[in-house]
Parts: sequence; C-alpha cells; structure tokens
Amino acid sequence: MPTMTFPLLPLAQAATGVDPWILVFSLVTVAVTVWMGFRSAKTSKTAGDFFVAGRSVSVGWNASAISGEYLSAASFMGIAGMVMAIGYDALWYPVCYACGYLFLLLFIAGPLRRFGAYTIPDFAEGRYDSPLFRKIAVCFVLFIGFFYTMPQMKGAGTTLAYIFQTVDLRGGILEFFAPHDADGTALVGLAYWVGVAIVGAVITLNVALGGMKGITLVQAMQYWMKMFAISVPVFVLAAVFGGYGKNLSVNAASPAERAALVQNVEHPRLELPAKAPADEAWISPFGPLTTKAAKAAHLTHEETRPLSLLYTYSLIIALVCGTAGLPHILVRFYTNPDGVAAKRTTMWVMILIGVFYVFPPVIGVLGRNFMPELYNGVGAKGTDKIVLELPTLIRANYGVLGSVLSGIACAGAFAAFMSTFSGLLVSMTGALAHDVYGRMLRPDSTPEQRMKMFKFAAIGIGAVSVGLGCCVEPLEINFMVGQAFAIAAASYFPLLFMSVWWRGMTMKGAATGMLTGGVLALLAAALTNASNLALDKGPMGKLFAPFAPLNEFWSHHPLLRILCEQPAIWTVPLAIGLMIIVSKATARDVPKDIRMKMLVLHAPEALGLKNEYIQDHQAGAGH
Amino acid sequence: MPQPQTTPDPVDKIHSESFLRELMNRQLALSTGCALAFLVALLGLPLLNYFAPAIMAKRVGGFTLAWLILGVLFFPYVWAISFHFIRRSLALEVSEVEEARR
Repeated sequence: MPTMTFPLLPLAQAATGVDPWILVFSLVTVAVTVWMGFRSAKTSKTAGDFFVAGRSVSVGWNASAISGEYLSAASFMGIAGMVMAIGYDALWYPVCYACGYLFLLLFIAGPLRRFGAYTIPDFAEGRYDSPLFRKIAVCFVLFIGFFYTMPQMKGAGTTLAYIFQTVDLRGGILEFFAPHDADGTALVGLAYWVGVAIVGAVITLNVALGGMKGITLVQAMQYWMKMFAISVPVFVLAAVFGGYGKNLSVNAASPAERAALVQNVEHPRLELPAKAPADEAWISPFGPLTTKAAKAAHLTHEETRPLSLLYTYSLIIALVCGTAGLPHILVRFYTNPDGVAAKRTTMWVMILIGVFYVFPPVIGVLGRNFMPELYNGVGAKGTDKIVLELPTLIRANYGVLGSVLSGIACAGAFAAFMSTFSGLLVSMTGALAHDVYGRMLRPDSTPEQRMKMFKFAAIGIGAVSVGLGCCVEPLEINFMVGQAFAIAAASYFPLLFMSVWWRGMTMKGAATGMLTGGVLALLAAALTNASNLALDKGPMGKLFAPFAPLNEFWSHHPLLRILCEQPAIWTVPLAIGLMIIVSKATARDVPKDIRMKMLVLHAPEALGLKNEYIQDHQAGAGH
Repeated sequence: MPQPQTTPDPVDKIHSESFLRELMNRQLALSTGCALAFLVALLGLPLLNYFAPAIMAKRVGGFTLAWLILGVLFFPYVWAISFHFIRRSLALEVSEVEEARR
C-alpha cells in the first residue's frame, strides 16, 4: 500500500498485512446490513408495521427470515469449532437446535399463534389477566438475552481478531489495541476486546438510531448469505481434501482400523498436537465433553459412563426444550397470513435449518485433519475460528480463491452475529423501555419520553453486552449458547407448555415454577462459567480467581459439577412440578374465563374465535 | 368444572365443554404421537451408544454408525415427522370446523 499523508497513517501502515479479499467481503456485509436496516426502518415505523409488513410476504421468504434469525454465531462458527475440539458429542447441538423446532411446532406454535400474543410477556399477561405476571415474565427476556449475546460477542471478537491477525500495532500510539501475552508484551494482531467493542458499538448505534428492526427481507437475505458462506467452502474444500466420510475415516479407534480405512493418500492428515483429544475419544460417543468432570475426579471408566449418559440427556433436554422458549423466535410465527401458512412456513424452516446444520460439522472434521495447530490456541485463536480460517488452506493450490472463500466465510460470520445480536438487542431494549420503564417506573410517560428511553436502554444494554462479551473469550461459543437454551428451557418452556395444555394453571403456580427453575438454571450457568474462567491463564483467570476453589470442590463431586454445567435435567422437572403443586394449592385463582381462553388457544382459526375473545375482553375491561 | 359463562349463549356448540375437551384431546393425541416418534429416536440413540458401542462404532462409508445417524440421518427423520404432523393437523382443523358448523 503506498504511503499517504493521512491522519490515520499508523493504522494504514499497520494494516498492510491484512488480506484485502477478507477485508472487502466483511466490510461489504456490514455496510449492506446497516444500509438495509435503515432503509427498511424508514418504511416501517411501528411494531404494528413490522408484523403487518411480514404478513404480505410469501412462505418462502418468511421461512428464510425465521431461519436467518435463528442461525447465530453458535451455528455458524461455534458448532464447527466444537466438533473439532471435542468430536461426536458436539453433534447433539446442531441436531437439537433443529429438532427443538419440532417440539415448538407440535405443542406451542399453533396455540400461541391463535391466541394472538406477539411475545411471551404478552402471552403471560393475556393468559392470566395479570399485568404483574407480565413484569415477572419480562425479566427472563433480559436474563436469556444476556446469556445469548455473550457468545455473539465472542464470535465478533474472534472474527475481527482473525481478519486483523497480521496488523502490527506494536511500538506506536495504537499499541494499546494489540493483544498482549501473559507478561504484558504486545503481540502482532488485534486484541480480542477491540473486535467486541467495535461490533457492539456499530450494532448498538444502529439499533438506537432506529435501524435493524427485525425486517423480514433483511433476515431472509442473511439466511441465504449464511447458507452460501458455509456450503460453498465445504464443497470446495471437500473437492480438494476429500469428502465427509473419507475425512472421518482417518479418525479411527486403532491404527489397524485406520490403515484399513485410509484412502486419502494425496492429503494425509497432519500430526495432532498433544492437546487434541485422541481419535477414539473424539469419534466415539461420551467423549471429552461429557467425561471432563469425571476425569477431574479420577473416576474409573466404569464409574464415568453413567455420568456421561446423564450429561448427554441433560444437554438434550436443555436444547430441545430451550428452542421453544427463546424470546426472539416465537414472534416470527405471526408474520404469516394465517395458520395454514404458518404451518407450511415451519416445515420449510425445519428443512432450511436442517440442511444448514449438516455443513458445520464437516468443517470441524476437516479442521481436525488439516489445521490441528488450532488445538494449541486459546480464546479467539482457538478452534472457534476454524470456519473462517480453514478455507485459506486451498491458497496453496488455487491462490487467491482461498482468500475469497475465507472472505465469504467471514461475511457469513458477520451476518450471523450481527443479525442475532441486533435481534436480541431490539427485544431486550423493547422489554426495558416499554415494560420496565413505560409500565413499571413511569407509567405516565409520554411516547417521546419512551422513545428517548428506548435509545438510552439500547446504549445501556449494548454497553453491558460488550462488557460481558470481553470476559468470555476463553469459553466456547456453542457452549455458552447452550446455557442460554438451558435457562429458557427451565423458565419459558414450562410456562408456555403448561399454560397451553393445562387449564388448571394459576398465575401464582406459573410464576413460582418459572422463577425457581429459571433462576436456578441461571445461577448454575453463571457458576459454571465463573469456575471455567478461573482456570484461564490470561487476565480473566486473575479476575475470576476467587472462584478457583469451586474447581477443587467439583473435582471431589463430579456429579454436582455435571448437574451445574447442564442443569436442565433437574430444573425443567422442578419448574413443571412446582407449577402443578402451587396451582393445585391456589386453584381458586384459575382465571374465570378459562374455557374461553382454552377455546381460543385450541379452536381452528376458521371459527373466528380470536376476535370474539378480544371484543369480550375489551367490553369487560370497560366497566 | 362449573365456571361462569362469559359468552352469551351457553347452548352454543362451540362453547360447550364437550367440544373443547374433544378438541384438546384430539390435538394432544396427534402432538403426543408425533413427539413419541421423535423422542424414541432422540432418547434411544444415547442408549444405543451406551449399551451397544461396538455396533455403533461400525463403519459405513467412513462414518461410524453413531455419527451417520446423528450427523446426517436425523434431519430427514425429523422432516418426515413434521410433514406428517402438518398434514394431519391441517386435516384435523378442517374436520373440526365442519363439525362445529354442522
């Protein structure tokens, strides 16, 4: 790059090593997303516009939009990274992310759509005629939201650290932004937290200024971008390095078995570093993820196995039930003209996300064979960046195509964490501005005051998300999203499931179950993260050092560790049990018009009961 | 459960207790049936992995059987269930509407 007299001269000089293709693809993605967000924000101003606008689009677009909103950094980057890091057990994540949708379809989506509640707090209020319960339910939008934003922020920090891995900021005024090793020496590259802060700031500003409402078209585009960005690199890499099965076959339980299976002579796999799990543990079920706690306690193989099974089941429950309780997903079911279209849409969503989820594990498998050096990296330099970096392998054969493919992968990553983070930010800000401020703190506030509050809330929540995001570099993206699912599974899922199918539920029962299950799952997830961060060798290890004794405790009690790391297996039944017991005890408080409510939830829309219910209700509220 | 009627006409078929009960039972039966087909596979696979590790480690085109089922075959299976559910539940709605208007 020619030197020029430019205020940002040190930055320009430092950036000479950055791959121009990767940079261009990423910048274009950011620019297009921001621009489209603003453009569509101009045409639809209110929440009503958003829903009505959605109703005019076809099943195909709508299905793409739902899928686009659903596929976050965990799906795009995290799954591949986790499959590479721990192998078979990580496959439960993509399968359950996709299958959770089936649970949603079978038990919750149809009734909720007929009820006409746009969000879970809306439903909570309508089903129990209780504004108080709405306030309780709103808290979990924030709890689940923050747990969900942390991994998105890690995706952002990892991607930017990857794009700018060759910039040299040492020795200048910008040295502060370079990564530092444990002794405080500056290194080449961009610090993880800088990426988190930049992406967080861009999206927060965008949301605060009114862009990035969950507009159907933007989200739909994002799905196809992510699909393109994951599938094209997989096809190209598979053409060069051999297919899915071929690359799995070299990971064999014994050298004899491997000799029998290996056909990939042109591209023999690389030597695995000592940190990588051995072939047998990696490819077999009940591998490193589920046996970690038992290994720390030095249990025998036979003692470990039941614990692994328990871990697997708890993970499955969290992911399958959690999908049905994610605050930002249900809203999308209303952007359909009618119930029939809603069901067709769901079918297509399952196909679109199912097809997507076949690809990330392939990247993980190829990564293990051909980029094993990532096993030695930690945080932003670890396996979570495999999706971005793996395509550069074909530079050796095809030169610039490797950079282009890596650029496409980076663009997909941007689409993933930007769409999910802005969607979450909109729902969390809405909850804070409209429910907490507009209904609890200042019920008499004017619309202008609320609008202003929306902006402040967006900036506040964005800042907290960036702060949290900076802390979680050592944790795996996918693992953190799993925790958000576990909290949703223990709070919103029991609420929705029981409220839809059991007429005996009372507000007190629902609130007790949801709060107890959800808060316990939240505490368990927070404790697990704090103790994991205490093990970090970097600055986070120092920050979380007070939690280090917890690891000592858990090394003596592996069962407790597993129940804390994967709490769904006890929090979900606990929440449902409490709902039943407390509801029975307060049976007098069952809403008076419960039969009408149940009818609206379950009777076909063609009977036109929804309007009738709303009119009844308004008439009732009048006197 | 004797609850005060909010709707004006208690003899109206749609608002009768029996109509609602049948409605919910039929829907729940369909949903539960589909969920069972799904749960047997989802919860059965860890059991197979646990009790028959040798069979699940068999190679099929480079994949282990366990990997092939979870990483690839599970998705079409779920599509089949949701396709079946959507068709049946739409048919159910049509028959419910007919019954209510008869």
